[in-house]
Amino acid sequence: MAKKTIRNIPQDRTAMPVQKPEDRVCNFSEVALGYSVANALNEAERCIMCPQEPCVKGCPVQIDIPGFIQKICDQNLRGAYDVLTEANLLPAICGRVCPQESQCEQVCVVGDHLEPVAIGRLERFVGDTAVSEGWTNEPEIEPNGRRVAIVGAGPAGIACAADMAKAGCEVVIYDALHRPGGVLSYGIPEFRLPNSIVDDEFGKVIQLGVKVECNTLVGRLFTIEQLREEMGFDAVFIGTGAGYPSFMGIPGESLNGVLSANEFLTRCNLMQAGEFPRKDTPLHMGRKVAVIGSGNTAMDAMRVSLRLGAEQVHCLYRRTRTESPARAEEVDHAAEEGVTFHWLTAPVEILDDGESNVRALRCIRMELGEPDQSGRRRPVPIEGSEYEFEADMVIYAIGTNANPIMGQTSDLELNKWGYIEADEQQQTSLAGVFAGGDIVTGAATVILAMGAGRQAARSMKAYLGLLDPQEMAVSDADRPRIFGIDARQRNFHRVRLAV
Amino acid sequence: MYEIVAREDFSGSTFLLEVKHPLLAKATNPGQFVIVMSQADGERIPLTIADFSVDDGTVTLVIQAVGKTTMEMQQRCVVGSALYALVGPMGRPSHIGKLGKVACVGGGLGVAPVYPQARAFKENGAYVVGIIGFRSKDLIFWQDKFEKVCDELIICTDDGSAGIKGLVTDGIHMTIDKHPDIEEVVAIGPPVMMKFCAEATRPRDIKTTVSLNPIMVDGTGMCGGCRVSVGGEMRFCCVDGPDFDGHQVDFDELMRRLARFRDDERVAMERWSRSENCRLGSEEPAIE
Repeated sequence: MAKKTIRNIPQDRTAMPVQKPEDRVCNFSEVALGYSVANALNEAERCIMCPQEPCVKGCPVQIDIPGFIQKICDQNLRGAYDVLTEANLLPAICGRVCPQESQCEQVCVVGDHLEPVAIGRLERFVGDTAVSEGWTNEPEIEPNGRRVAIVGAGPAGIACAADMAKAGCEVVIYDALHRPGGVLSYGIPEFRLPNSIVDDEFGKVIQLGVKVECNTLVGRLFTIEQLREEMGFDAVFIGTGAGYPSFMGIPGESLNGVLSANEFLTRCNLMQAGEFPRKDTPLHMGRKVAVIGSGNTAMDAMRVSLRLGAEQVHCLYRRTRTESPARAEEVDHAAEEGVTFHWLTAPVEILDDGESNVRALRCIRMELGEPDQSGRRRPVPIEGSEYEFEADMVIYAIGTNANPIMGQTSDLELNKWGYIEADEQQQTSLAGVFAGGDIVTGAATVILAMGAGRQAARSMKAYLGLLDPQEMAVSDADRPRIFGIDARQRNFHRVRLAV
Repeated sequence: MYEIVAREDFSGSTFLLEVKHPLLAKATNPGQFVIVMSQADGERIPLTIADFSVDDGTVTLVIQAVGKTTMEMQQRCVVGSALYALVGPMGRPSHIGKLGKVACVGGGLGVAPVYPQARAFKENGAYVVGIIGFRSKDLIFWQDKFEKVCDELIICTDDGSAGIKGLVTDGIHMTIDKHPDIEEVVAIGPPVMMKFCAEATRPRDIKTTVSLNPIMVDGTGMCGGCRVSVGGEMRFCCVDGPDFDGHQVDFDELMRRLARFRDDERVAMERWSRSENCRLGSEEPAIE
C-alpha cells in the first residue's frame, strides 16, 4: 500500500451523525450517535501514521493511538480494542468525554494542514463496538497478596483500581454514594454519557476482581489511617474529587430556586428527579432558568433544563465565548438546542418574589480589561449598567472547591486551598497513601483524573516493591511470577529487564 | 442491604428502627447523622442517629412519618426487612466538653437525637438536666432512658397531661433560673423550637448548640443543598455541621428552605395515597 500523505488521505474530517436539535431537546438519548463502520474506516484512513506520534504524548494515559487506528484500517476492530485497553479500560467513556481538541487532536500532524484526525470519535467507535459485541480483556492476573484501598469510585479511582488489580493486588473501592462512577454517574447527563456505557465499562473493572463497597464514607466510617493501620491495606489511593460547589456570596443565594449545578445534576442524573413523582426525588424545575458560568458543567445543566421542560434557558457569563472553559462542541450543541448566551454579564443580586422564591437577577454588564494570572482578559464591571433579568431558577456552575472531609479526618497535608498535597508521583504526606484527580488539582477533566489515577498506580507499585527491578531480581519464592504481571505497563524498568 | 433488627412504634406517626451496621455503630459519635434510602428508587433522606450500640452492632433511627417517603417507610420497614442504603456517620461529632452543668433539650422527634448527647455529657462527668417536650402524655418515649442519664428530667407537654404544662422553652427558663451555672444548652427539635430555645438563653449568654436538619442529597458536601446561614456566613450543614451556635443561626431562612419542595411533596403524597401500595386509613394490608 502506498504511503499515506497529507495529499492522498480523505481531506475532510468524517462528520459525526447527531440527533437533530429539535428532536433531541425532547429526549435524553445520546446527541452524538457515533460512527458507523464505514465512517470509522474512512476517518481511520486520515491518520498518516507519522513517526513522531505527538498524539500519544498528548494523551494523559498515553494510548497507542496510531496503533489502534492502524487496526481499524486493517478492519481488525478486536485488535483495535486490545490496543486501546492496554492503556485505557474505558474507551467508550473517554471517547465521549475527553477534551480531545486540547489533547491528542491538538497536536495531530494532520491538523497542521487539515482538520486533525477525529481520534476521540474513533476511540468511542471501538469502545462502543466492544460494548455491543461483549468483548472483554481479562489479563492473566497472578495474585501477589498485597491489598490496596481506593477511596472514590470516580474516574481517578477506577483507573488506579484497574492497574493495581492487573498487577495482582487485591483491590477494594469505597464510595460514599449508593452507585459507583462518581461524576460519570451523578454529573454527566445521559445524553452525553449513557449510564449503560458507564455500567458496562465499569463492569470490566469489576471483572478484574475489584471489589466495590458503596455507601461507605471514608474519613467518617473509618479513616485513611485506619485503612493502613487496622484494616490491613498496604497502600491507599484517594480520588474523592473536588465536589464542593462554589457560590458567589451575593445577596439572595439562599432563596428557593437557587441551587448548585452539582445539586441540580445529582438530582437529575443520580436520583432521576426528571421522573418525579414516579421516582421519589423532587427537583421543582423552573420555567425560566439562568445558569451562571460557562464551563462544561454549565452546558450540561442548561441542556438538562431544556429537556426537563424549561421554556427558556439563559447562560450568564462574565467573560466572552472566547474565554469560556467549555468545549466548543458543547457550546455549539447548547446553542443549537435553544440556550441563549449572555456574554460579559454577571449577577450582583438575586431577587425574591416575596415568598422566598427567585423572581429575578440583578445583573451588571462587563468589559474585558488586562489579562489576569490565568492569561485571560479580566472582566471589569461597567458602572451604571445594572439591569434586572427575570428568572425563576438560578443554577450556579462556577466551579467547585476542595471537599473538606479528608482534611477533617486525617493528618494528610493540604495546600492553602484545602486540596490534598501530592507530588508528581501522586505521593501524599502519609507513607503508602497516594492521591489524584480533582482532590489534588482542583476541578479538571475525567481523563486528567484517570491519568493521575494511573500515575498513582505506578507509584504504588514502586512503593509496594512491584516495580523495582533489583528487588525483582532477588525476589524470593514468595513472589516468583512478578515479572509477567505487568507486561502491559510501559516503563523503563521493564525495558531494562527485557534486555 | 442493611437489616432492620428491631422496631418500636411510639405513636401513630413516630417509630423507631434499629438497623444492623456494626462498622457504623463503632464509628458513630453523638450528634452525627446518616443518609437513608429505603428502596432503589427512593429519596436520600438525612436522619440524626438517635442511639448506637457497639455491642449489638446497631444504630437506632427515630422517624416521623410526615411525607411520602417516611410514610412508606412506616409501612414497609418491618423487622427482617432491609434498607436499600445507609451511609454515615456524617457530619462533625458534637463537641462534648468537660462541663459542670448542662441542659439537653429535645422536642418531638428531637428527643431521640439529644439522648446520646445527654449520655455523653453524663459519662464526661457533667450534671445533666434533661428537658423533653411532647404534645401529650401518650406520645412520650424514652423517659426511662433519659432518667438513667439525667440528674434532673423535666417533661413538658402541650396539654399538661404529663410533667409540666408548657413548651420546652418553659423548661429552659425554669432550669436556668434554678441553675444559673448552666454552661451549655443543647437543643434539638423542629427549627421553630430551636429558634425559641436560642432566644430563651440569649439574654443570659449561655452557649446554645443546635443540630440542624436541612434538605440535602448526598450528605458529603457535594450538592450544597444544605447550606445554612450562620453568623451571616454560608455553611454546609453536612460537613460544617450539623451542630451550630444557636445564637448565630438564621432559623427563618432555614424554615423557608425546608419548605422548598412543599408543592412537590404534596404531589408525591397524593399520588401515593391513591396507589394500591398505600395502606393509609386501613388496618389491613391492601388486597391485591
